[in-house]
Amino acid sequence: MRLSSRITGRIAFGLIWASGGVAVLALLFIIGYVVVRGLPEINLEFLFTLPRGGLGGEGGISSCIVSTLWIIVVTMVLLTPLGLGAAVYLSEYAPDTRLVGFIRYGVELLAGVPSIVFGLFGYAVFVTVLSFRFSILSGALTLVCLLMPYLTRTAEEAMRSVPREQREAALALGATKWQMVARVVIPAAMPGILTGIILCIGRTVSESAPLFVTMGGSSQMPDGLMSSGRTLAVHVFYLAMETNALEKALATGTVLVVLILLTNLFTNWISERLQVRMMGVS
Amino acid sequence: MSRYTIDRLSSRIVFAFGVISFVILILIAGFIFRESLPALRNVGLFNILFGTEWYPRYDEYGILTMVVGSVMVTAISLAIALPLSLGTAVLLAEVASPRVRGCVRPAIELLVGIPSVVFGLVGMVALAPLIAELGGSGSGSSVLAASIVLAVMVLPTITSISEDSIRALPRTYREGALALGATHWQTIWRVMVPAARRGITAGTILGTGRAIGETMAMVMVIGNAPIFPDGLLSPARTLTGSIAVEIAAASGTHQSVLFVTGLVLFVMVMIINSASLLAYKKGAH
Repeated sequence: MRLSSRITGRIAFGLIWASGGVAVLALLFIIGYVVVRGLPEINLEFLFTLPRGGLGGEGGISSCIVSTLWIIVVTMVLLTPLGLGAAVYLSEYAPDTRLVGFIRYGVELLAGVPSIVFGLFGYAVFVTVLSFRFSILSGALTLVCLLMPYLTRTAEEAMRSVPREQREAALALGATKWQMVARVVIPAAMPGILTGIILCIGRTVSESAPLFVTMGGSSQMPDGLMSSGRTLAVHVFYLAMETNALEKALATGTVLVVLILLTNLFTNWISERLQVRMMGVS
Repeated sequence: MSRYTIDRLSSRIVFAFGVISFVILILIAGFIFRESLPALRNVGLFNILFGTEWYPRYDEYGILTMVVGSVMVTAISLAIALPLSLGTAVLLAEVASPRVRGCVRPAIELLVGIPSVVFGLVGMVALAPLIAELGGSGSGSSVLAASIVLAVMVLPTITSISEDSIRALPRTYREGALALGATHWQTIWRVMVPAARRGITAGTILGTGRAIGETMAMVMVIGNAPIFPDGLLSPARTLTGSIAVEIAAASGTHQSVLFVTGLVLFVMVMIINSASLLAYKKGAH
Protein backbone atom coordinates (compact mmCIF):
# COMPACT_ATOMS: atom_id res chain seq x y z
CA MET A 1 0.00 0.00 0.00
CA ARG A 2 1.32 3.43 -0.87
CA LEU A 3 0.76 6.21 1.51
CA SER A 4 -0.55 9.28 -0.20
CA SER A 5 2.12 11.88 -0.72
CA ARG A 6 0.27 14.21 1.59
CA ILE A 7 0.46 11.86 4.53
CA THR A 8 4.10 11.02 3.81
CA GLY A 9 4.84 14.72 3.76
CA ARG A 10 3.05 15.27 7.07
CA ILE A 11 4.99 12.48 8.75
CA ALA A 12 8.27 13.64 7.25
CA PHE A 13 7.83 17.22 8.38
CA GLY A 14 6.84 15.97 11.79
CA LEU A 15 10.11 14.03 11.98
CA ILE A 16 12.12 17.00 10.77
CA TRP A 17 10.68 19.29 13.42
CA ALA A 18 11.19 16.57 15.99
CA SER A 19 14.87 16.14 15.10
CA GLY A 20 15.41 19.89 15.19
CA GLY A 21 13.66 19.97 18.54
CA VAL A 22 15.78 17.16 19.96
CA ALA A 23 18.97 18.85 18.74
CA VAL A 24 18.10 22.20 20.27
CA LEU A 25 16.88 20.65 23.52
CA ALA A 26 20.10 18.63 23.88
CA LEU A 27 22.15 21.75 23.39
CA LEU A 28 20.04 23.83 25.77
CA PHE A 29 20.14 21.04 28.34
CA ILE A 30 23.94 20.88 28.35
CA ILE A 31 24.52 24.60 28.69
CA GLY A 32 21.60 25.00 31.06
CA TYR A 33 22.71 22.13 33.27
CA VAL A 34 26.27 23.44 33.61
CA VAL A 35 25.29 27.05 34.18
CA VAL A 36 22.36 26.41 36.56
CA ARG A 37 24.40 24.14 38.79
CA GLY A 38 27.70 25.96 38.37
CA LEU A 39 26.71 29.59 38.66
CA PRO A 40 25.80 29.58 42.40
CA GLU A 41 29.37 28.44 43.18
CA ILE A 42 30.99 31.32 41.38
CA ASN A 43 31.99 34.33 43.42
CA LEU A 44 35.06 36.49 43.83
CA GLU A 45 36.57 34.11 46.34
CA PHE A 46 36.22 31.21 43.89
CA LEU A 47 37.89 33.21 41.13
CA PHE A 48 40.75 34.53 43.25
CA THR A 49 41.88 31.70 45.51
CA LEU A 50 44.20 28.83 44.69
CA PRO A 51 42.82 25.34 44.22
CA ARG A 52 43.83 23.47 47.34
CA GLY A 53 44.02 20.07 45.70
CA GLY A 54 43.19 16.83 47.45
CA LEU A 55 40.09 14.69 47.26
CA GLY A 56 37.75 17.45 48.42
CA GLY A 57 38.72 19.74 45.54
CA GLU A 58 38.56 22.72 47.89
CA GLY A 59 39.55 26.20 46.84
CA GLY A 60 39.15 28.27 43.74
CA ILE A 61 40.58 28.54 40.27
CA SER A 62 42.99 31.49 40.39
CA SER A 63 46.08 29.58 39.24
CA CYS A 64 44.05 27.97 36.43
CA ILE A 65 42.94 31.36 35.17
CA VAL A 66 46.55 32.56 35.21
CA SER A 67 47.75 29.39 33.43
CA THR A 68 45.06 29.82 30.79
CA LEU A 69 46.14 33.42 30.19
CA TRP A 70 49.80 32.36 29.97
CA ILE A 71 48.96 29.67 27.44
CA ILE A 72 46.82 32.02 25.34
CA VAL A 73 49.48 34.74 25.23
CA VAL A 74 52.47 32.48 24.53
CA THR A 75 50.58 30.41 21.95
CA MET A 76 49.22 33.40 20.06
CA VAL A 77 52.53 35.30 20.10
CA LEU A 78 54.22 32.35 18.40
CA LEU A 79 51.30 31.18 16.30
CA THR A 80 50.14 34.42 14.70
CA PRO A 81 53.30 35.35 12.76
CA LEU A 82 53.94 31.73 11.81
CA GLY A 83 50.42 31.03 10.60
CA LEU A 84 49.99 34.33 8.81
CA GLY A 85 53.45 34.12 7.23
CA ALA A 86 52.73 30.68 5.88
CA ALA A 87 49.34 31.86 4.65
CA VAL A 88 50.86 34.85 2.84
CA TYR A 89 53.39 32.55 1.24
CA LEU A 90 50.81 30.00 0.12
CA SER A 91 48.32 32.52 -1.17
CA GLU A 92 50.60 35.16 -2.72
CA TYR A 93 54.08 33.81 -3.36
CA ALA A 94 53.98 30.05 -3.77
CA PRO A 95 54.53 28.86 -7.33
CA ASP A 96 52.00 26.37 -8.58
CA THR A 97 54.33 23.39 -8.34
CA ARG A 98 53.87 19.85 -7.15
CA LEU A 99 55.83 20.53 -3.96
CA VAL A 100 53.52 23.38 -3.02
CA GLY A 101 50.53 21.18 -3.79
CA PHE A 102 52.01 18.61 -1.46
CA ILE A 103 52.49 21.18 1.31
CA ARG A 104 48.91 22.28 0.91
CA TYR A 105 47.71 18.69 1.11
CA GLY A 106 49.85 18.17 4.19
CA VAL A 107 48.36 21.24 5.89
CA GLU A 108 44.89 19.96 5.06
CA LEU A 109 45.70 16.52 6.41
CA LEU A 110 47.28 17.85 9.58
CA ALA A 111 44.18 19.91 10.33
CA GLY A 112 42.25 16.65 10.73
CA VAL A 113 44.72 14.80 12.94
CA PRO A 114 43.37 14.19 16.47
CA SER A 115 44.71 16.66 19.00
CA ILE A 116 46.02 13.93 21.29
CA VAL A 117 48.44 12.92 18.51
CA PHE A 118 49.84 16.45 18.65
CA GLY A 119 50.03 15.94 22.39
CA LEU A 120 52.17 12.85 21.80
CA PHE A 121 54.41 14.84 19.49
CA GLY A 122 54.72 17.65 22.02
CA TYR A 123 55.49 15.16 24.75
CA ALA A 124 58.23 13.52 22.68
CA VAL A 125 59.82 16.70 21.33
CA PHE A 126 59.25 19.56 23.76
CA VAL A 127 58.91 17.73 27.06
CA THR A 128 61.53 15.05 26.45
CA VAL A 129 64.02 15.79 23.66
CA LEU A 130 64.26 19.57 24.13
CA SER A 131 63.82 19.03 27.89
CA PHE A 132 61.41 21.89 28.45
CA ARG A 133 59.82 19.46 30.95
CA PHE A 134 56.11 19.62 31.75
CA SER A 135 55.70 23.35 31.35
CA ILE A 136 53.65 26.17 29.94
CA LEU A 137 56.21 26.50 27.16
CA SER A 138 55.79 22.84 26.14
CA GLY A 139 52.03 23.19 26.18
CA ALA A 140 52.04 26.39 24.15
CA LEU A 141 54.46 25.01 21.55
CA THR A 142 52.25 21.92 21.19
CA LEU A 143 49.22 24.12 20.64
CA VAL A 144 51.14 26.15 18.05
CA CYS A 145 51.69 22.93 16.06
CA LEU A 146 48.06 21.94 16.52
CA LEU A 147 46.57 25.27 15.49
CA MET A 148 49.01 26.32 12.77
CA PRO A 149 47.42 24.30 9.96
CA TYR A 150 44.05 25.67 11.00
CA LEU A 151 45.11 29.32 11.11
CA THR A 152 47.10 29.01 7.89
CA ARG A 153 44.11 27.59 6.06
CA THR A 154 41.66 30.18 7.37
CA ALA A 155 43.99 33.12 6.63
CA GLU A 156 44.91 31.78 3.20
CA GLU A 157 41.25 31.46 2.30
CA ALA A 158 40.60 35.02 3.44
CA MET A 159 43.50 36.36 1.34
CA ARG A 160 42.52 34.37 -1.71
CA SER A 161 39.06 35.82 -1.66
CA VAL A 162 40.41 39.35 -2.12
CA PRO A 163 39.40 40.27 -5.69
CA ARG A 164 42.07 40.27 -8.39
CA GLU A 165 41.14 43.77 -9.50
CA GLN A 166 42.33 45.21 -6.19
CA ARG A 167 45.73 43.54 -6.55
CA GLU A 168 46.07 44.61 -10.15
CA ALA A 169 45.11 48.17 -9.32
CA ALA A 170 47.83 48.31 -6.66
CA LEU A 171 50.47 46.90 -8.99
CA ALA A 172 49.38 49.23 -11.78
CA LEU A 173 49.94 52.17 -9.45
CA GLY A 174 53.57 51.07 -9.13
CA ALA A 175 53.42 49.26 -5.80
CA THR A 176 55.93 46.49 -5.24
CA LYS A 177 54.55 43.05 -4.56
CA TRP A 178 55.13 43.40 -0.83
CA GLN A 179 53.44 46.80 -0.74
CA MET A 180 50.48 45.25 -2.51
CA VAL A 181 50.37 42.38 0.00
CA ALA A 182 50.87 44.54 3.08
CA ARG A 183 48.64 47.47 2.16
CA VAL A 184 45.94 45.94 -0.03
CA VAL A 185 45.57 42.20 0.42
CA ILE A 186 46.08 41.88 4.18
CA PRO A 187 43.83 44.82 5.15
CA ALA A 188 41.10 43.57 2.83
CA ALA A 189 41.39 40.07 4.27
CA MET A 190 41.49 41.38 7.86
CA PRO A 191 37.97 40.31 8.93
CA GLY A 192 38.72 36.73 7.86
CA ILE A 193 42.17 36.77 9.46
CA LEU A 194 40.91 38.20 12.76
CA THR A 195 38.08 35.68 12.87
CA GLY A 196 40.66 32.93 12.41
CA ILE A 197 42.82 34.33 15.22
CA ILE A 198 39.91 34.60 17.64
CA LEU A 199 38.77 31.08 16.80
CA CYS A 200 42.30 29.94 17.64
CA ILE A 201 42.06 31.69 21.01
CA GLY A 202 38.76 29.91 21.55
CA ARG A 203 40.34 26.57 20.75
CA THR A 204 43.25 27.34 23.07
CA VAL A 205 40.77 27.90 25.88
CA SER A 206 38.81 24.74 25.19
CA GLU A 207 41.59 22.32 24.22
CA SER A 208 42.40 19.82 26.94
CA ALA A 209 44.00 16.59 25.72
CA PRO A 210 47.31 17.98 24.32
CA LEU A 211 47.75 20.21 27.37
CA PHE A 212 46.94 17.36 29.73
CA VAL A 213 49.97 15.44 28.45
CA THR A 214 52.42 18.35 28.10
CA MET A 215 51.78 20.79 30.94
CA GLY A 216 52.03 18.51 33.95
CA GLY A 217 48.86 19.77 35.60
CA SER A 218 50.30 21.43 38.70
CA SER A 219 47.68 23.45 40.56
CA GLN A 220 50.27 25.90 41.90
CA MET A 221 50.42 29.46 40.67
CA PRO A 222 52.72 29.43 37.60
CA ASP A 223 55.66 31.80 37.93
CA GLY A 224 57.04 31.70 34.42
CA LEU A 225 57.29 29.96 31.08
CA MET A 226 59.01 26.93 32.50
CA SER A 227 56.63 26.18 35.33
CA SER A 228 53.97 23.51 35.17
CA GLY A 229 50.32 24.47 35.21
CA ARG A 230 46.79 23.54 34.29
CA THR A 231 44.32 25.48 32.20
CA LEU A 232 40.66 25.82 33.14
CA ALA A 233 39.64 23.01 30.77
CA VAL A 234 42.23 20.65 32.23
CA HIS A 235 41.15 21.67 35.73
CA VAL A 236 37.59 20.60 34.94
CA PHE A 237 38.96 17.20 33.98
CA TYR A 238 41.03 16.83 37.17
CA LEU A 239 38.15 17.93 39.38
CA ALA A 240 35.74 15.53 37.70
CA MET A 241 38.05 12.53 37.69
CA GLU A 242 40.05 12.90 40.90
CA THR A 243 37.86 14.73 43.39
CA ASN A 244 34.31 14.70 44.68
CA ALA A 245 33.91 18.39 43.94
CA LEU A 246 31.45 18.11 41.07
CA GLU A 247 29.94 21.50 41.91
CA LYS A 248 33.38 23.10 41.55
CA ALA A 249 33.86 21.31 38.24
CA LEU A 250 30.52 22.62 37.02
CA ALA A 251 31.42 26.12 38.18
CA THR A 252 34.71 25.99 36.26
CA GLY A 253 32.75 24.66 33.29
CA THR A 254 30.46 27.67 33.55
CA VAL A 255 33.45 30.00 33.40
CA LEU A 256 34.58 28.16 30.24
CA VAL A 257 31.14 28.39 28.63
CA VAL A 258 31.02 32.13 29.34
CA LEU A 259 34.50 32.62 27.83
CA ILE A 260 33.50 30.73 24.68
CA LEU A 261 30.25 32.71 24.47
CA LEU A 262 32.26 35.94 24.64
CA THR A 263 34.69 34.86 21.90
CA ASN A 264 31.73 33.93 19.71
CA LEU A 265 30.01 37.27 20.22
CA PHE A 266 33.29 39.05 19.57
CA THR A 267 33.85 37.13 16.33
CA ASN A 268 30.38 37.99 15.07
CA TRP A 269 30.84 41.62 16.03
CA ILE A 270 34.20 41.85 14.28
CA SER A 271 33.10 40.23 11.07
CA GLU A 272 30.09 42.54 10.91
CA ARG A 273 31.95 45.73 11.80
CA LEU A 274 35.07 45.21 9.74
CA GLN A 275 33.19 43.91 6.73
CA VAL A 276 31.44 47.24 6.47
CA ARG A 277 34.53 49.34 7.16
CA MET A 278 37.03 47.49 4.99
CA MET A 279 34.86 46.83 2.02
CA GLY A 280 33.32 50.30 2.00
CA VAL A 281 29.80 49.71 0.80
CA SER A 282 28.88 46.17 1.63
CA MET B 1 65.77 50.89 3.05
CA SER B 2 64.28 51.28 -0.37
CA ARG B 3 60.96 49.67 -0.99
CA TYR B 4 62.58 47.27 -3.43
CA THR B 5 64.93 45.98 -0.76
CA ILE B 6 61.98 45.55 1.57
CA ASP B 7 60.14 43.74 -1.17
CA ARG B 8 62.97 41.29 -1.75
CA LEU B 9 63.54 40.81 1.97
CA SER B 10 59.90 40.19 2.73
CA SER B 11 59.50 37.64 -0.01
CA ARG B 12 62.41 35.71 1.54
CA ILE B 13 60.92 35.94 5.02
CA VAL B 14 57.53 34.82 3.84
CA PHE B 15 59.17 31.92 2.02
CA ALA B 16 60.93 31.00 5.27
CA PHE B 17 57.57 30.86 7.04
CA GLY B 18 56.26 28.56 4.32
CA VAL B 19 59.29 26.33 4.84
CA ILE B 20 58.92 26.34 8.63
CA SER B 21 55.32 25.18 8.43
CA PHE B 22 56.38 22.43 6.08
CA VAL B 23 59.21 21.37 8.37
CA ILE B 24 56.87 21.17 11.37
CA LEU B 25 54.62 18.98 9.27
CA ILE B 26 57.41 16.57 8.43
CA LEU B 27 58.71 16.64 12.01
CA ILE B 28 55.37 15.60 13.46
CA ALA B 29 54.98 12.62 11.17
CA GLY B 30 58.67 11.74 11.52
CA PHE B 31 58.77 11.91 15.30
CA ILE B 32 55.65 9.84 15.85
CA PHE B 33 57.09 7.23 13.52
CA ARG B 34 60.54 7.29 15.07
CA GLU B 35 59.18 6.85 18.57
CA SER B 36 57.05 3.95 17.34
CA LEU B 37 59.99 2.03 15.94
CA PRO B 38 61.19 0.29 19.14
CA ALA B 39 57.74 -1.16 19.73
CA LEU B 40 57.35 -2.19 16.12
CA ARG B 41 60.69 -3.96 16.35
CA ASN B 42 60.28 -5.55 19.80
CA VAL B 43 56.59 -6.39 19.84
CA GLY B 44 55.68 -6.36 16.17
CA LEU B 45 52.88 -4.53 14.38
CA PHE B 46 50.71 -7.64 14.12
CA ASN B 47 50.91 -8.41 17.85
CA ILE B 48 50.04 -4.82 18.71
CA LEU B 49 47.18 -4.44 16.26
CA PHE B 50 45.57 -7.82 16.84
CA GLY B 51 46.60 -8.56 20.40
CA THR B 52 43.62 -8.68 22.72
CA GLU B 53 45.42 -8.28 26.06
CA TRP B 54 46.62 -4.92 27.37
CA TYR B 55 48.82 -5.47 30.44
CA PRO B 56 51.86 -3.22 29.97
CA ARG B 57 53.26 -4.47 33.28
CA TYR B 58 53.45 -8.02 31.89
CA ASP B 59 54.56 -6.97 28.41
CA GLU B 60 51.15 -7.57 26.85
CA TYR B 61 50.59 -4.78 24.36
CA GLY B 62 47.51 -5.63 22.28
CA ILE B 63 45.37 -2.64 21.32
CA LEU B 64 42.58 -4.45 19.48
CA THR B 65 40.13 -3.84 22.33
CA MET B 66 40.69 -0.09 22.00
CA VAL B 67 40.41 -0.15 18.22
CA VAL B 68 37.05 -1.86 18.71
CA GLY B 69 36.12 0.65 21.40
CA SER B 70 36.97 3.65 19.21
CA VAL B 71 35.21 2.28 16.15
CA MET B 72 32.16 1.25 18.14
CA VAL B 73 31.52 4.60 19.86
CA THR B 74 32.19 6.45 16.61
CA ALA B 75 29.76 4.27 14.65
CA ILE B 76 27.00 4.43 17.25
CA SER B 77 27.38 8.17 17.76
CA LEU B 78 27.13 8.73 14.01
CA ALA B 79 24.07 6.51 13.82
CA ILE B 80 22.46 8.78 16.42
CA ALA B 81 23.79 12.10 15.14
CA LEU B 82 23.38 11.68 11.39
CA PRO B 83 19.56 11.51 11.18
CA LEU B 84 19.21 14.25 13.78
CA SER B 85 21.70 16.50 11.99
CA LEU B 86 20.20 15.90 8.59
CA GLY B 87 16.71 16.62 9.92
CA THR B 88 17.92 19.78 11.66
CA ALA B 89 19.82 20.91 8.55
CA VAL B 90 16.74 20.44 6.34
CA LEU B 91 14.64 22.20 8.95
CA LEU B 92 16.95 25.21 9.01
CA ALA B 93 17.57 25.38 5.27
CA GLU B 94 14.13 24.62 3.86
CA VAL B 95 11.37 24.61 6.44
CA ALA B 96 11.88 26.98 9.35
CA SER B 97 11.06 30.67 9.18
CA PRO B 98 13.99 33.08 9.17
CA ARG B 99 13.21 33.96 12.77
CA VAL B 100 13.43 30.38 14.00
CA ARG B 101 16.59 29.92 11.99
CA GLY B 102 18.03 33.12 13.42
CA CYS B 103 17.72 31.63 16.92
CA VAL B 104 18.72 28.05 16.24
CA ARG B 105 21.68 28.49 13.94
CA PRO B 106 23.83 30.65 16.29
CA ALA B 107 23.05 28.26 19.13
CA ILE B 108 24.34 25.37 17.07
CA GLU B 109 27.43 27.28 16.04
CA LEU B 110 28.13 28.11 19.66
CA LEU B 111 28.04 24.42 20.48
CA VAL B 112 30.93 23.74 18.08
CA GLY B 113 33.19 25.78 20.35
CA ILE B 114 32.14 24.43 23.75
CA PRO B 115 35.10 22.59 25.35
CA SER B 116 34.88 18.81 25.20
CA VAL B 117 35.47 18.53 28.95
CA VAL B 118 32.18 20.33 29.48
CA PHE B 119 30.37 17.72 27.40
CA GLY B 120 32.20 15.01 29.28
CA LEU B 121 31.28 16.57 32.61
CA VAL B 122 27.57 16.72 31.80
CA GLY B 123 27.78 13.15 30.54
CA MET B 124 29.37 12.10 33.82
CA VAL B 125 27.07 13.97 36.15
CA ALA B 126 23.72 13.82 34.35
CA LEU B 127 23.80 10.95 31.86
CA ALA B 128 25.89 8.21 33.49
CA PRO B 129 23.75 7.91 36.65
CA LEU B 130 20.68 7.49 34.42
CA ILE B 131 22.42 4.69 32.55
CA ALA B 132 23.55 3.10 35.82
CA GLU B 133 19.88 2.87 36.78
CA LEU B 134 19.18 1.18 33.47
CA GLY B 135 21.44 -1.61 34.64
CA GLY B 136 24.93 -0.58 33.61
CA SER B 137 28.05 -1.01 35.67
CA GLY B 138 28.34 0.86 38.96
CA SER B 139 28.97 4.40 37.75
CA GLY B 140 27.15 4.12 34.43
CA SER B 141 30.34 4.76 32.48
CA SER B 142 29.70 2.82 29.31
CA VAL B 143 29.78 2.64 25.54
CA LEU B 144 26.23 3.99 25.50
CA ALA B 145 27.09 7.05 27.60
CA ALA B 146 30.16 7.74 25.46
CA SER B 147 28.20 7.38 22.23
CA ILE B 148 25.44 9.74 23.32
CA VAL B 149 27.94 12.37 24.50
CA LEU B 150 29.86 12.02 21.24
CA ALA B 151 26.67 12.27 19.18
CA VAL B 152 25.84 15.61 20.77
CA MET B 153 29.40 16.77 20.14
CA VAL B 154 29.45 15.99 16.40
CA LEU B 155 25.87 17.06 15.77
CA PRO B 156 26.66 20.78 15.36
CA THR B 157 29.50 20.06 12.91
CA ILE B 158 27.42 17.84 10.63
CA THR B 159 24.36 20.09 10.88
CA SER B 160 26.04 23.35 9.98
CA ILE B 161 27.99 21.96 7.01
CA SER B 162 24.94 20.10 5.67
CA GLU B 163 22.78 23.19 6.02
CA ASP B 164 25.34 25.31 4.20
CA SER B 165 25.48 22.88 1.32
CA ILE B 166 21.68 22.65 0.99
CA ARG B 167 21.48 26.43 1.14
CA ALA B 168 24.16 26.81 -1.52
CA LEU B 169 22.07 24.96 -4.14
CA PRO B 170 20.70 27.12 -6.93
CA ARG B 171 17.10 28.28 -6.47
CA THR B 172 16.22 26.80 -9.83
CA TYR B 173 16.46 23.26 -8.40
CA ARG B 174 13.67 23.89 -5.96
CA GLU B 175 11.59 25.94 -8.36
CA GLY B 176 11.94 23.35 -11.12
CA ALA B 177 10.80 20.54 -8.86
CA LEU B 178 7.88 22.51 -7.50
CA ALA B 179 6.88 23.60 -11.01
CA LEU B 180 6.76 19.94 -12.06
CA GLY B 181 4.13 19.40 -9.39
CA ALA B 182 6.31 17.85 -6.68
CA THR B 183 5.18 18.46 -3.12
CA HIS B 184 7.43 20.37 -0.76
CA TRP B 185 8.57 17.13 0.86
CA GLN B 186 9.23 15.41 -2.50
CA THR B 187 11.29 18.42 -3.52
CA ILE B 188 13.36 18.20 -0.37
CA TRP B 189 13.84 14.45 -0.32
CA ARG B 190 14.27 13.72 -4.03
CA VAL B 191 15.95 16.90 -5.24
CA MET B 192 17.56 19.05 -2.57
CA VAL B 193 19.09 16.41 -0.29
CA PRO B 194 20.52 14.28 -3.14
CA ALA B 195 21.91 17.40 -4.83
CA ALA B 196 23.63 18.44 -1.59
CA ARG B 197 24.99 14.96 -0.85
CA ARG B 198 28.58 16.04 -1.42
CA GLY B 199 28.43 18.65 1.29
CA ILE B 200 26.51 16.32 3.58
CA THR B 201 29.16 13.63 3.06
CA ALA B 202 31.92 16.13 3.76
CA GLY B 203 30.22 17.21 6.98
CA THR B 204 29.73 13.61 8.06
CA ILE B 205 33.37 12.81 7.41
CA LEU B 206 34.51 15.84 9.36
CA GLY B 207 32.23 14.69 12.17
CA THR B 208 33.71 11.18 11.99
CA GLY B 209 37.18 12.65 12.32
CA ARG B 210 36.14 14.63 15.38
CA ALA B 211 34.53 11.55 16.90
CA ILE B 212 37.58 9.32 16.40
CA GLY B 213 39.88 12.00 17.79
CA GLU B 214 37.83 13.00 20.84
CA THR B 215 39.85 12.29 23.95
CA MET B 216 39.03 13.80 27.32
CA ALA B 217 35.23 13.56 27.09
CA MET B 218 35.64 9.87 26.27
CA VAL B 219 37.99 9.30 29.18
CA MET B 220 35.36 10.82 31.44
CA VAL B 221 32.37 8.69 30.42
CA ILE B 222 33.57 5.40 28.93
CA GLY B 223 35.15 3.78 31.97
CA ASN B 224 38.58 3.21 30.37
CA ALA B 225 38.63 -0.56 30.81
CA PRO B 226 40.73 -2.17 28.05
CA ILE B 227 38.23 -4.95 27.36
CA PHE B 228 35.96 -5.90 24.50
CA PRO B 229 32.64 -4.23 25.26
CA ASP B 230 30.01 -6.98 25.42
CA GLY B 231 27.12 -4.63 24.93
CA LEU B 232 26.06 -1.02 25.08
CA LEU B 233 26.15 -0.92 28.86
CA SER B 234 29.66 -2.30 29.14
CA PRO B 235 32.65 -0.01 29.76
CA ALA B 236 35.40 0.18 27.14
CA ARG B 237 38.40 2.29 26.19
CA THR B 238 39.27 4.38 23.14
CA LEU B 239 42.66 4.69 21.42
CA THR B 240 42.82 8.39 22.26
CA GLY B 241 41.90 7.82 25.89
CA SER B 242 44.58 5.17 26.25
CA ILE B 243 47.26 7.61 25.14
CA ALA B 244 46.04 10.40 27.40
CA VAL B 245 45.75 8.30 30.54
CA GLU B 246 49.02 6.41 30.25
CA ILE B 247 51.63 8.51 28.45
CA ALA B 248 52.92 10.50 31.40
CA ALA B 249 53.67 7.39 33.45
CA ALA B 250 54.94 5.22 30.60
CA SER B 251 58.49 4.49 29.54
CA GLY B 252 60.41 2.13 27.27
CA THR B 253 58.34 -0.26 25.18
CA HIS B 254 55.13 0.81 26.87
CA GLN B 255 55.69 4.42 25.78
CA SER B 256 56.64 3.33 22.30
CA VAL B 257 53.42 1.30 21.95
CA LEU B 258 51.46 4.43 22.83
CA PHE B 259 53.16 6.14 19.89
CA VAL B 260 52.08 3.22 17.70
CA THR B 261 48.57 3.92 18.99
CA GLY B 262 49.00 7.51 17.79
CA LEU B 263 50.21 6.20 14.44
CA VAL B 264 47.09 4.02 14.16
CA LEU B 265 44.93 7.10 14.80
CA PHE B 266 46.91 9.01 12.19
CA VAL B 267 46.30 6.25 9.63
CA MET B 268 42.59 6.05 10.51
CA VAL B 269 42.21 9.78 9.89
CA MET B 270 44.06 9.45 6.58
CA ILE B 271 41.72 6.67 5.50
CA ILE B 272 38.69 8.76 6.45
CA ASN B 273 40.11 11.73 4.55
CA SER B 274 40.80 9.68 1.42
CA ALA B 275 37.25 8.37 1.63
CA SER B 276 36.05 11.95 1.56
CA LEU B 277 38.25 12.67 -1.44
CA LEU B 278 36.77 9.64 -3.22
CA ALA B 279 33.22 10.65 -2.37
CA TYR B 280 34.00 14.11 -3.66
CA LYS B 281 35.25 12.78 -7.00
CA LYS B 282 32.27 10.48 -7.37
CA GLY B 283 29.93 13.37 -6.71
CA ALA B 284 31.66 15.43 -9.39
CA HIS B 285 30.74 13.02 -12.18
